[in-house]
Amino acid sequence: MRLTVDGQEIDIDADPDMPLLWALRDLAGKKGLKFGCGIAACGACTVHVNGEAVRSCTLLVGQLDGPVTTIEGLSTGGKLHPVQQAWLEEQVPQCGYCQSGQIMSAAALLEHTPSPTDAEIDEAMSGNLCRCGTYPRIRAAIKRAAALKAGA
Amino acid sequence: MAGKIARRTFLIGAAAIAGGVAFGYYSYRKPFPNPLEGGLPDGDATFNPYVKIAPDNTITVIAPRAEMGQGVATTLAALVAEELDLDLAALKVEHGPVASAYANIAILRDSLPFPVFDDSTLANLARDGMEVVGKFLAVQATGGSSTTIDAFDKMRHAGAAAREMLKAAAAKEFGVAAATLTTRDAKVTDPASGRSLTYGELAAAAAKLAPPREIALRERSEWRLLGKPQMRTDMRAKVTGQPIFGIDVDLPDMLFGTVRMNPHLGGAVVSLDASEAEKMLGVIKVVPIKTHLGNGFGVIAKSTWHAFRAADAVKVEWGTAPYPADSAGMWQVLADAAAQNGSVMRNDGNVEAQFADASPERLIEAEYRVPFLAHAAMEPMNATAQLEDGVLDIWAPNQAPSLLRTLCAREAGIAEAKCNVHVTYLGGGFGRRLEADYALYATKLAQAADGRPVKVTWTREEDITHDAYRPAALGRFRARLDETGMPVAVDLKVISLSIMASVLPRFYPMLMALGPDKTLTDGLFNQPYTIPNYRVAGVKAELAVPVGFWRSVGNSVNGFLHEAFMDEIATAGGIDPVELRKRLMANYPTAVKVVEKVAAMSNWAEKLPAGKAKGFAFVLSFGSWVAEVVQIAETPQGILIEKVWIAADVGTALDPGIIEAQLTSGAVFGLSAAIGQEITFADGIVEQTNFHDFDAMRMSQCPAFEVAILENAPQMGGVGEIGTPPSLPALANAVFALKGKRIRALPLNKEVTFA
Repeated sequence: MRLTVDGQEIDIDADPDMPLLWALRDLAGKKGLKFGCGIAACGACTVHVNGEAVRSCTLLVGQLDGPVTTIEGLSTGGKLHPVQQAWLEEQVPQCGYCQSGQIMSAAALLEHTPSPTDAEIDEAMSGNLCRCGTYPRIRAAIKRAAALKAGA
Repeated sequence: MAGKIARRTFLIGAAAIAGGVAFGYYSYRKPFPNPLEGGLPDGDATFNPYVKIAPDNTITVIAPRAEMGQGVATTLAALVAEELDLDLAALKVEHGPVASAYANIAILRDSLPFPVFDDSTLANLARDGMEVVGKFLAVQATGGSSTTIDAFDKMRHAGAAAREMLKAAAAKEFGVAAATLTTRDAKVTDPASGRSLTYGELAAAAAKLAPPREIALRERSEWRLLGKPQMRTDMRAKVTGQPIFGIDVDLPDMLFGTVRMNPHLGGAVVSLDASEAEKMLGVIKVVPIKTHLGNGFGVIAKSTWHAFRAADAVKVEWGTAPYPADSAGMWQVLADAAAQNGSVMRNDGNVEAQFADASPERLIEAEYRVPFLAHAAMEPMNATAQLEDGVLDIWAPNQAPSLLRTLCAREAGIAEAKCNVHVTYLGGGFGRRLEADYALYATKLAQAADGRPVKVTWTREEDITHDAYRPAALGRFRARLDETGMPVAVDLKVISLSIMASVLPRFYPMLMALGPDKTLTDGLFNQPYTIPNYRVAGVKAELAVPVGFWRSVGNSVNGFLHEAFMDEIATAGGIDPVELRKRLMANYPTAVKVVEKVAAMSNWAEKLPAGKAKGFAFVLSFGSWVAEVVQIAETPQGILIEKVWIAADVGTALDPGIIEAQLTSGAVFGLSAAIGQEITFADGIVEQTNFHDFDAMRMSQCPAFEVAILENAPQMGGVGEIGTPPSLPALANAVFALKGKRIRALPLNKEVTFA
């Protein structure tokens, strides 16, 4: 089976029923996306498919219909993506386990909504659970990323 | 109070250690060997267990504590960097090996049955004694909010000693006195001649010198890093998705696995039929598991998903658990135990006499309940193990590597010296990763894997249904008020499961548990309130549900119980809750100052519009004094938590940025539990299985925060857990203020709706 992941073609020997999460983590060596719940309830496994944020733990690899971007392919040209840069500047992560998913959800949000309101942030981000409670800094970082993107 | 405790054996939690102390006090002063000396590459030099320097000027600091989000890697490195005159960006931080040199001494001091403000000779003697005990046990663990307290002097000394040795080597080279030299940017410079040598150039010669005996540590006024927010050393890896967690471990020839343990916790396996599962594609083996921590089976497969699928296909009949089958039966056990007197941990005045003639109109009685809770760290339990040529290697996100080594080596039947534990970053810990079950089960799978490494990942369902839970507890309280509304007598009894009695047979199957368990009444008996007649007792209920350390431990239970009841006393007496605290804590100026601070920040006295309300709570835990105010608002979707103000006195604030993050984090953790979390049992198993029925606060529910950090307390307190205890009662008290309804059982959403 051939997938396009982070701009590269990857051949893997996967059962079509295998969730994209496990195909990427255990077969394709992509570790940035995380396993949290397996039922699309926490967002730790969020990746982009065709530019949309999706939960890779419930998307079967056989149903995949476009290129996949994980956190490992988010930045280009050796420069952090504005969302990652904002995360760094706001010192968002604590344990960091959910943050790949948080960053992927926030990056997709800003593609559609360059200057999101608090309500739009709530709407886009409430599927991403953080047990360390980094939400206030995530909110600040999304606003900072929006400003970084606008100024870029 | 102190006299009564003195007659008991001093306990680490509940394990008698008196024999160990007597055994060899004389050798207590002998330093542990430096574990870095064994594995140094050619040319590298080590000065002590915390510092190594390579010829190319790569400077590595060992931060031997679990980094689980609380920022220890950064703050521990800063302690060394401060004395070495380095910037944090100029050094590498590693967890390092498991070794006695990295034992956590401070974690034991807080297990003593004395409040932090007890400065009696007895309390201080006991604390000194614990330092001796700590050296003997040499437990390398991260917990009890003890990391920076334990490391503050040790790691600054390590940096200062290395610096002085580097200067001494340079002094020889330059032919000048060491005292005339300066250190900056990893170089030693002779200001007179302008000559300088890098630390890397000096390291090999310097490390051969004797460490200085007396070193003056930098004065606080000289600090460049400490006391100021630092850029965390783990940030870049965490925003770019680097494979730093246990679940990301990747080894040559690695197999994948999972486990399914009996959800009737403590029950046996009656029968197991793996014939269908073993035929499935990608499945290598099904392995029965029988250990002192649990019984069940594991699957070894070519991917985690194959292992999960095959585990579902194994037909197994589970034996029953040694506890009542449902929550109602468990509450009955607690209620029945309430008749016992329990261990009286505080007994000021004469409580019985006060209640003998109390008039009913001056009397308050209340019963409180808090549920079992799971930890639900974002990274599900996992460990990777390899057993090859009699050597066991364990890679695991964990908080107690010396414990893992002991138990896994014991299970594999090898010497501890043949077991290496590699500590990864932790995707959350919260106390769950002090346990060893995930590593022990991975050991069992490694024994069946013909020398290949096996990465064993639990499903979220396995994680939530096989926890060492925060204990459920019952509080039976009464108070007598005087004519002015002030409490003259308060009688508090908490009935709960003993964490220490549950933990000790798991952690130290070789030790015997006895004596009172301080965690049972932590947050209840040691609060800085002065009430003429004040009794606090803890009753251990005999209930075999495994319970463990959950962020803030006993304080998570008792902080809620104590402060919700104080709010009831304030209401009944017609006294403002903040005013009541100021009067009752007048003997403790540190407490009064945080209360006044949070009241000012939150504009406590303001009149709020209809549909909004505030609640207040104060809890002293882990040596830190914390007051919180929660403001809530009625909305069409339910109660919204709008804002939380926190004032915390931590004595010495080493990194205000990290402390602010931890206080916020702790409060979100507590509020998550207060609004909707509970673990319940039916048919002998835990009913909740995943985030759909054991959820936590989400972005849309998260309040704004305002935090003030104070430094009036005479000693440094902990940081990682202290935000949690006051958050639950402050919210419950706000709900009372909003609704006029006193909810005495958590979670609150059983009676009110949250947005």
